[in-house]
Amino acid sequence: MWSVTRPLLQECTLACYRLLSAMTQAVPPILSITPSRALVDEKFQVLVENLPPGCPVTLHSLHHSEDKDDWEAYGHYVSDHRGVVSVTEDLSFGGTYTGKEPMGLLWSMRPVPGSREGLRLRKINVCTPMLVNISVHSGHEDFRDRTPLASALAERWYMAPGVKRIDINKQGVQGTLFIPPGPGPFPTLLDMWGGGVGLLEYRSALLASRGYVSFSLDYLRSEHLSADVEFKYFETAFNIIRNHPQVIPDRVGILGISLGSTVAFNLTAYSTIIKVNVPRCIVCISSNHYHPPGTTLKAGFKILSKHFHKAHFDENNYMSWRSFGLDLIADPSNNVEVGRINCPMLLVNGCDDQNWPTVETAEEVARLLREGGKEHLLSRLAYPGAGHLIEPPFSPHFRATKFIILNSKKKVILLWGGHTKAHSDAQEDSWRKILSFLQLHLYHSPSVKAKL
Amino acid sequence: MDRKQYCVKLSVQPSRGLMDEKFIVLVQNALPGSQLTIRALHQCEDGHSWEAFGHYTADTTGTINVSEDPSIGGTYSGVEQMGLLWSFRPIPGSKSGLRMRKKNIQTPMEVTISVYQGHQTEGFADLVPLSGVAVERWYMAPGVRRIPVTEGGLTAALFLPSGPGPFPGLLDLWGGGGQLVEYRAALLASHGFASMAIDYLTAKITMETGKMVDNQYFETAYRVLQQHPQVCGSKIAMIGLSFGTSITLKMAVYSEVIKLSAAVCISGSHVQPVDGSVEEILRFFQKNGEKTRFSEKNEVIWRDLLLPIPTDPSLKVNVGRLQCPLLLVVGEDDQNWPSQESALDIKEMMARAGNSHLLTVLSYPNAGHLIEPPYTPHARSSTLKTVEIEEKVMCLWGGQTVEHSRAQEDAWKKMVVFLKENLYGGRNPTSFSHL
Repeated sequence: MWSVTRPLLQECTLACYRLLSAMTQAVPPILSITPSRALVDEKFQVLVENLPPGCPVTLHSLHHSEDKDDWEAYGHYVSDHRGVVSVTEDLSFGGTYTGKEPMGLLWSMRPVPGSREGLRLRKINVCTPMLVNISVHSGHEDFRDRTPLASALAERWYMAPGVKRIDINKQGVQGTLFIPPGPGPFPTLLDMWGGGVGLLEYRSALLASRGYVSFSLDYLRSEHLSADVEFKYFETAFNIIRNHPQVIPDRVGILGISLGSTVAFNLTAYSTIIKVNVPRCIVCISSNHYHPPGTTLKAGFKILSKHFHKAHFDENNYMSWRSFGLDLIADPSNNVEVGRINCPMLLVNGCDDQNWPTVETAEEVARLLREGGKEHLLSRLAYPGAGHLIEPPFSPHFRATKFIILNSKKKVILLWGGHTKAHSDAQEDSWRKILSFLQLHLYHSPSVKAKL
Repeated sequence: MDRKQYCVKLSVQPSRGLMDEKFIVLVQNALPGSQLTIRALHQCEDGHSWEAFGHYTADTTGTINVSEDPSIGGTYSGVEQMGLLWSFRPIPGSKSGLRMRKKNIQTPMEVTISVYQGHQTEGFADLVPLSGVAVERWYMAPGVRRIPVTEGGLTAALFLPSGPGPFPGLLDLWGGGGQLVEYRAALLASHGFASMAIDYLTAKITMETGKMVDNQYFETAYRVLQQHPQVCGSKIAMIGLSFGTSITLKMAVYSEVIKLSAAVCISGSHVQPVDGSVEEILRFFQKNGEKTRFSEKNEVIWRDLLLPIPTDPSLKVNVGRLQCPLLLVVGEDDQNWPSQESALDIKEMMARAGNSHLLTVLSYPNAGHLIEPPYTPHARSSTLKTVEIEEKVMCLWGGQTVEHSRAQEDAWKKMVVFLKENLYGGRNPTSFSHL
């Protein structure tokens, strides 16, 4: 491993800069991104050629979000004897990521200095790509003082060509449906986001790009009159999807994150309309089974907020619900009876989850299934150093973000947890395993029942 | 086994690629050992439909990987990663003499790739595929800008790569069919060259005045490119195909204004009246019109018009005076121009003059005249309307599809390396040798 000392670096930088300027009408280095258009979960190769050999440079990525914030990442490199820097092959010596990190320019992105606090990067309009500008600058520490030597633009898409996006408003059920290209019908997912604000479509769009009809269900928009009415909403949503002409009725799964996983557990454990092989499998990310019986989700939230005075605030004044959450789920009567679930289940958790005791929840699920002789249905992924918000790969990590408490005007900064590198590795690994779990259960032919 | 139990999964990665990028077509979860057809369908801008297909057998895991597994029939056979693109041909019932060329390069070429049960050869429109995906193929990388150029009476389009620049420049010329053909320039801009596609036979000024452009037209193009703030004025190359080669060689050797860092000449010749204008050169070709031959299908063969290669020095560009590196690309089955004979003569002339170190010749057996960017479907013949003849003729270009397609892929790769070395390089001789 090279050790690049500071005086040596400054000398190199000056020498290279002089060399670059000395060339009459200097022909710049070439920066290429391959592929330049890709889905958000696909890797790219960033290559810089035609630099002087042994030249210290910084690779810098910049993205201007829909919320009009600027996000950036950068890595410090030194060109080889051929004047080449390959982000795929070479080590970054510093910046927002270090080491050999082909995708570091995306997952280590953070708001530029001077930005507002507690920002989160999420794409709302999934029909257009996320644009990332990648540039190369001479030097390391003071790279920002110089204009870039070269730059290129990458498009990162949530929707593959041919994926259709359809607004659904049927029998009171609202959401967005994504249908893959091709004749169909397709295996399908009911996709449930967490307890934040608004309907998020991007994961559904990506799942459709991977061959699944995916329905992003809007389930927090309206206030349901009772738990029964709310439960019916979910059952109706499930049926609407199951009966859609582009859906294979016995190949429907549920994917939920955070509060969405509570819905997944609830629906699968208690629904009477759901029969054999339906849902065919469920995936719960940052699993949460806290759901006091007879309460709607919003009412459950209100109960939760009564415990906020017990919340732990860290040194930055970020709020964690983990400890009082642990108290709440200690009483099994507060929780969904997950032991009733009869389909294959994948639980994905971050061990540094500060928002909810999701690892403990997963342990409890495992215990209950074991007691029922159904442990073979369960697969678990637990990632040390990962937090609560386990998103599709290469998305930036947010350890804490602004959150508006439901039905109140109160804004806090919620601590989700996770350490960037570990969390990003978890996102990449878990997505691959989620897709392979879904492919096994929803695409592959033999039914689970046949195996029992 | 009930077919319904198998959900065949088809994927193409990347689903959005540049025209010269490879993709991986993967079929998964098929019945092991089943026979399947993978088919590509494209409807081009003028409404014609094109198809390509391969016959495969799924392995024991129910998988087919087009980049690893052989096609045992269809429009291509063997292990052909990109066969679904380069073997495109008009669907049965189409009119003859078609050639696939994209005019609007700001939108992608859209291809539908589907997988069908069994080894099918026809009637695809009546079959329901097991699975299908949409693929986009782009000439322009994100961030590449297209700028129409009309100053100095030019009919041209400049493509600038993304980034601050400055970039080396490129003048891009096509052949006797005229029009403003932009796709190669757009693709080269995606590789870092500020490329200007030029219409010099059907330029606006020619259509309005009836007069062909003179030599100053090209010098104006060079000047406009050179003076652009994002162009590196001392690093400009020229690329010409067919008649475009005639112009390129003439400018490279005789122009006082145009100083090229490199020249690429595809499927062309150095034979022309040395002091001739564009019009005079065309008339010279027409004079030899009686040497036109016809194939048994009545396709026009024009390669003899410039044969035998003259010994009279006033009828050949004096390549012995060339001062920049020259890359010649030759299809040995070129039926339209005597590019192989010309290349041999150029080689001799340069050896005698002592500048053959500047010459590189890429000569491809069984490749034809139209050596295009990779994966462009091969047209052995197509209808052509040239500026000299009023009505359309069926022109024989030559080439055998498989070898022609390989030649396109190889020539393009080497051409891009050649341009990078001469326009970007010089610093490190091994800079681009890994490409």
